[in-house]
Amino acid sequence: MLMGRPFFGWPLAGWREFDELDRLRRRLDALSETIWPAAGAAGVYPLFNITEDADNYYVRAELPGMTGSDLDIKVTGRALSISGQRKAETDPEASYHRRERRSGTFDRTITLPAEVDADKVDARMKNGILTVTLPKAAHAKPRQIKVKS
Amino acid sequence: MAEETRITPREKREMAKAAETTRPGPVFTPEVDIYEKDNEIVLVADMPGVTAGKLTVDLNKDILTIDGEAEAPKGEGETELLREFAAGGRYTRQFTVSDVIDRDKITATLKNGVMRLTLPKVAKAQPRKIEVKEA
Repeated sequence: MLMGRPFFGWPLAGWREFDELDRLRRRLDALSETIWPAAGAAGVYPLFNITEDADNYYVRAELPGMTGSDLDIKVTGRALSISGQRKAETDPEASYHRRERRSGTFDRTITLPAEVDADKVDARMKNGILTVTLPKAAHAKPRQIKVKS
Repeated sequence: MAEETRITPREKREMAKAAETTRPGPVFTPEVDIYEKDNEIVLVADMPGVTAGKLTVDLNKDILTIDGEAEAPKGEGETELLREFAAGGRYTRQFTVSDVIDRDKITATLKNGVMRLTLPKVAKAQPRKIEVKEA
């Protein structure tokens, strides 16, 4: 499901044809959603973006309205698991016209490309976006090899 | 009841653009809750990544527009390994507001990527309890 996702906002000519594929995929997703409404388009919650630099992996997820106390983050070896609960705020005096915001429990585990230093993992929420910074274990860091003449 | 259920995965709804946008990037429809109480209507919208400075709430005649620009939280010099959601972009949605809203007293707050807009009703639109007296 993840392949063929366009790199939004990247004005690379090479991605044009993928745009077309993506549009087709979206239409198929919309169709499948009408047939199997429970299946969901992406199949997982929350969605992750993962990036890396020389020292860290960064895992980001959109979790609007959630605070650190609603989340449970665990790291073991190469596995990162994030679980939590999005509480529904129900006002007993109110009558609801629309309820689109989702509530409930979730958990997701992913495997990172290399081992991380579990003691130095840092997680923070900002404007509803969770960023987990996972320092790469010393032996997993890339090493520069000097070529001697 | 709702507390126990698991969250149903759903992809962010990207808006079909009616007009050409002047800024690059995707435009999303935020998920909202709208509820009504005796004295007010409350609109709650999920807009992750949007800061107060980048959020505009505009009421033009009877069209209420919420528009927020989300910051892409990617740091400098990071290489992408996996992209499941489009970071950044805009959240836009329009609603029709009826006359019963006291336009001058609309308030909006933004916390943890959730916007809460309170639309107070004008006094005369609030329900009044009529006591029935015995003759």
